[in-house]
Amino acid sequence: MPIRILIPTPLRAYTNKVDTVEVKAATVGDAITALTSQFSELRKHLYNDEGRLRSFVNVYLNDEDIRFLQKDQTQVNDGDVISIVPSIAGGR
Amino acid sequence: MATKIGAAPQTPAPALLSNEEILRYSRHLIMPEVGMEGQLKLKAAKVLLIGTGGLGAPLGLYLAAAGVGRLGLVDFDTVDFTNLQRQVMFGTSDVGRLKSVAAAERLASLNPDIELVTYDTHLTSENALELLRDYDVVVDGTDNFPTRYLVNDASVLLGKPNVYGSIFRFDGQVSVFGAPGGPCYRCVYPEPPPPGLVPSCAEGGVLGVLPGIVGCIQAMEVIKLILGVGDPLIGRLLLFDALGMKFRELKLRKNPDCPVCGTHPTVTKLIDYVEFCGIRGEEAPAQQTSAPDIAPSELKLRLDRGDDLYILDVREPHEYQICNIGGHLIPLGDLPKRVSELDSSREIVAHCRSGKRSAEAAEFLRKAGFRKILNLKGGILAWADEVDPSMPKY
Repeated sequence: MPIRILIPTPLRAYTNKVDTVEVKAATVGDAITALTSQFSELRKHLYNDEGRLRSFVNVYLNDEDIRFLQKDQTQVNDGDVISIVPSIAGGR
Repeated sequence: MATKIGAAPQTPAPALLSNEEILRYSRHLIMPEVGMEGQLKLKAAKVLLIGTGGLGAPLGLYLAAAGVGRLGLVDFDTVDFTNLQRQVMFGTSDVGRLKSVAAAERLASLNPDIELVTYDTHLTSENALELLRDYDVVVDGTDNFPTRYLVNDASVLLGKPNVYGSIFRFDGQVSVFGAPGGPCYRCVYPEPPPPGLVPSCAEGGVLGVLPGIVGCIQAMEVIKLILGVGDPLIGRLLLFDALGMKFRELKLRKNPDCPVCGTHPTVTKLIDYVEFCGIRGEEAPAQQTSAPDIAPSELKLRLDRGDDLYILDVREPHEYQICNIGGHLIPLGDLPKRVSELDSSREIVAHCRSGKRSAEAAEFLRKAGFRKILNLKGGILAWADEVDPSMPKY
């Protein structure tokens, strides 16, 4: 079973409106690379010019923030779910 | 700046409920998790609502109805017609009135036994600590990144829990920040997005029910915090996807290196949040573009005299259906792959709703080698104001 990546609404503009992308990967970093090679526009919204994950975008493996695991190097297993969660600010 | 209406400030602690209050809150009182003790806690509680808009509406209504003893309402804005689709505290007759005042009147009629304090002002680094200091729980129902970071930092500095909710189109996020031992907003999102990358509700739209649902979840969290019952959303981020009708939950951890609540904080007083978020001025102005503007009146003049102008509408198809000036529709996001539809030898006038997206489009086309490109200043909204008053505005 591959790994599922959940795409949040604001970023679906860069994935042809797809909300879930399935990839095969060994680490979270590989999975995101596989995703952004499919949807190249997405990359600049996730990573800054230095190649670091943008600080208003968090990536979770299942329900854990990868910043508190091994970041990009975090191992993934079949059936895992990666969530991309950008900050949103609307309220009025 | 604070105006009080409703019940007088309670001195010292409210000891008892009146017979009318016992009747009013009877459905609370018969639950052991609330009971008389819990209802008196609610009556003694002071909650500050920052923002009385989409999230603030259900928050205000339910917290007032629940008998929260003092509700502070912070809003600088006035009610307009576009608010009524979701800001259910207001009626059509409130259009043009101050939101804080209209909200306080509505809530006072709902529950005359509570105290309502209105703050008709922007929350700023200068007034935030003074404003938040008198309250037990802070609720973030604002709509922009600078104010969200300000609310977070002020609540952390004062040690007040901050019940956070935010929305975008069909998505919601809720958490409780700044509680003892729990993470704060900056632990989760150390920095805001650069201006322009995340559209606001005014640009991106919002389904009216969404802030209702998210604001209700915030209201529930406020009441749980006051009563001390249940598991509040401390260290948890609740994600709500209204289209899929799914709730998910993610773990949030306190970041030991957090600049505000970490072990060695570097933010020890409130800063300039507008600067922190990279926005100069209140509304982000149209992005700098080298494409010159054309005023709606001038465009009308030139079209009337038969100039060969190609009108490029870079809005979305559903916006085109609301109103249009007969332009060729290519949504901004599709422009790169559809640029070949345009003839660079013709003079092009780009327009959108208010002029911001078309400025981006003009800049993109200029970089792509187009030389004769104009940006309709103020977009179709300005066209409606200056040229065609019969055109609907949205």
